[in-house]
Amino acid sequence: MENENCFHCGLETKDTQYVIEDKLFCCNGCKTVFEILNQHELNCYYDFERSPGVIPKELKNKYNYLDSSEIVEKILDFYDGQTCVVEFYIPSIHCSSCIWVLENLDRFNAGVKNSLVNFPQKTLRVTYKESEISLKQLVEFIASIGYEPQISLEDSVGVKKTVSNALIYKISIAAFVFGNIMLLSFPEYFEIQEFWLERYKNVFRYLNFVMILPVVFYSATDYYISAYKGLKNRMLNIDVPITLGVIALYLRSVYEIVFDVGAGYFDSLAGLIFFLLLGKIFQQKTYNYLSFERDFKSYFPIAVTAITKDGKEISKQIQHLKLGDRILIRNEELVPVDGIMINGEATLDYSFVTGESYPIKKESGEKIFAGGKQLSGLFEMEVIHEVSQSYLTQLWSSDIFQKDTHKSIKTHIDKVSKYFTIVVLTIAFSAAIYWYFTDVSKAVYVFTAVLIITCPCALALTSPFALGNILRIFGKNRFYLKNAQVIEALTKINTIIFDKTGTITTNQQKAVNTENIELNVDEKRVLKTLLRNSNHPLSRIVYESVKEPILEDKITAYNELTGLGIEGKINDFNLRVGSSKFLGLNQHEPNETRVYVEINNQLKGYYSMKNTYRQGIEQLFLNLYPKYELIILSGDNEGEKERLLQMLPPNTQLEFDKKPIDKLNFVRELQDNGKRVLMIGDGLNDAGALAQSNVGIAVSDDVNVFTPASDGIIDAKIINKIPQLLNISHQTLTIIKTSFVFSFLYNVVGLYFAVTGQLTPLIAAILMPLSSITIVIYVTFLTNFISRKQ
Amino acid sequence: MEVVYITIGVSVIIAIIFFGVFLMNLKKGQYQDTYTPSVRMLFDDEEKSNKTVKKEKSINKESITKL
Repeated sequence: MENENCFHCGLETKDTQYVIEDKLFCCNGCKTVFEILNQHELNCYYDFERSPGVIPKELKNKYNYLDSSEIVEKILDFYDGQTCVVEFYIPSIHCSSCIWVLENLDRFNAGVKNSLVNFPQKTLRVTYKESEISLKQLVEFIASIGYEPQISLEDSVGVKKTVSNALIYKISIAAFVFGNIMLLSFPEYFEIQEFWLERYKNVFRYLNFVMILPVVFYSATDYYISAYKGLKNRMLNIDVPITLGVIALYLRSVYEIVFDVGAGYFDSLAGLIFFLLLGKIFQQKTYNYLSFERDFKSYFPIAVTAITKDGKEISKQIQHLKLGDRILIRNEELVPVDGIMINGEATLDYSFVTGESYPIKKESGEKIFAGGKQLSGLFEMEVIHEVSQSYLTQLWSSDIFQKDTHKSIKTHIDKVSKYFTIVVLTIAFSAAIYWYFTDVSKAVYVFTAVLIITCPCALALTSPFALGNILRIFGKNRFYLKNAQVIEALTKINTIIFDKTGTITTNQQKAVNTENIELNVDEKRVLKTLLRNSNHPLSRIVYESVKEPILEDKITAYNELTGLGIEGKINDFNLRVGSSKFLGLNQHEPNETRVYVEINNQLKGYYSMKNTYRQGIEQLFLNLYPKYELIILSGDNEGEKERLLQMLPPNTQLEFDKKPIDKLNFVRELQDNGKRVLMIGDGLNDAGALAQSNVGIAVSDDVNVFTPASDGIIDAKIINKIPQLLNISHQTLTIIKTSFVFSFLYNVVGLYFAVTGQLTPLIAAILMPLSSITIVIYVTFLTNFISRKQ
Repeated sequence: MEVVYITIGVSVIIAIIFFGVFLMNLKKGQYQDTYTPSVRMLFDDEEKSNKTVKKEKSINKESITKL
């Protein structure tokens, strides 16, 4: 035996029944993958990384909807009647072996012409011939080796994201022109009187003149547009003085060259725009693999199996589901609409929606809400609400999701720039008027010089560099923000709302309360032996909590009743373990989940499950109190109220039994009362509140898997660091404010030259980049410093 | 000194050519995924050695069918 771990996925092998040659596997799934790969000569897979595999999921009939050409057409990126191109998002791509096997799909089927992985984005692009392999076969094969593609409603609704490269084009043009103009301007900086320069200066000047055109008329266009929009909304944003500066620089330079007065300021102009764009690009830290915009459409399937009136099973797109339709939900499938259970077994996992990972059992006649994932067997249900009308999904018809505009926060820089612009214009005009009466020839010259030198390059750069840097530092600590504005919004927060389940409690490790059960050692051992056979999550938890070793004896009369419990006989012990209903106890189930144990017809008591709070939660609340108003907003019942009251600081408001739409309205009410709200939640049921709040942060145990739309995503492990993160945000703002002072000082120096009429191109070319660079160094250094201190 | 026209002209043209090549590759998406190619380039060697693996494969297949 090579080792104790599964050769395919690296998990511990508990049984020894899955063996090929000398290789151990943990389950049949892993073994099958190995066989498939072997069969198709893809076993190099195991050469690149040790145990690279992923356990495949059961997928019988899951992709039947891919038989429908209407759906296939929507998923394909390109189709010319023969060749198809399709792109899948595959969350399980994680190592070089994954890349290798997915890029060698042609060995599995000759119909695959080409397959290309984009590792950072976890996507696979496949080109294939339709005549040789169908999309369904392709998807099924990829899924069978553990790389299940996520095909969702979002793909079929058909808004493909186009990644804009415009900013990169703009900055590369600006950089190119900046470098060249600098070189071509160099001779003129010094010996303007020299004979040969005098002769050739027009070559340099007109070359500059031509080169600057794409920068002024293409690279800088964003600033003109933003300034125009600002003016239209009667707002003097930072782009207004920038635009003024650019126009002044350009016209002045053109005038100087055409009338042979001087060399112009093209070098400064190109430099200015290059630096500004650099700030913009630095601020744009994007996390390719994260999405901040997902709604339910990303998680719901495209189609489900519907049962027609004459009993046939057909694939039906979920948008087309109507009231009264009967649908079939199989293992591992998501319930797409609200409905009533008709028959079968339903064990639904609503962790997507509520954050609660405990499966809920449903029986026929019970109402089922959309968003649950079926965990065992299959069941039939009747649709009572269409997709858009469902309990969960109607949240998205709320107008907060309709508005395309992001939450508009008046940023700091906007406030400053208002006064800045007014002051600059006043100085420019008064200087011009002064010179008009002293020396008319210099009036226009001074006026433009003031606009040029005060062009707020350094001012505009501080925020992007400081915030961009903090964004990166947060990202390294696994706190991912949508954009830099969120940092500023964070500093204005005065109320923090936490969701309970899944946010301050963990999804994993349920603690078992053993206070209500008494068993002797033998009884514990038989119980553990029995539980070993059950895969039900509750059985696993109780199994883990019993420390005594298992027995080797055989179990007879073993029976597992889905949704109820298990029974079996070991030696002289007759065991029945399960819900109160299973044991015939006439007891109303309280606010907690219990597992009752009966041995030889004698009730021994029950194990109860309690929520485990994440580590450091108490400390987290203590650190936030009393600086922020704290609220717990939960969709659950009041079962945990007492415990929370004990744990949390006084004055923490507790709200229970809130529906998704209630949560949204609760946040809105707070905002109407002048509160600025930070919402921290995790499930789709928090999506409304996250969108409505000033800053919504999603908590996630695995950031790649699932997060509702939000302004930021935080790894659950660092949730207790929130006070520090808020602190860093506050300090960053202070740094930005101090750097504003510095850039004003630079402007005062520049204004001295401008107002006295001494601003030469050389001074401009030195002063403008110098101020920008020192400011950038200052903020980068300080932001690094404060984040290291925390 | 008329040579200035030529030297500057040539240097600017060369610079523009390179810049054009850069823009073209940007458009082709060469900079969209900067990680995967670094892994992919290591695979070629493995495929050659795969032929030797193929010989062993027949043995592998037998053992699978036995199971």
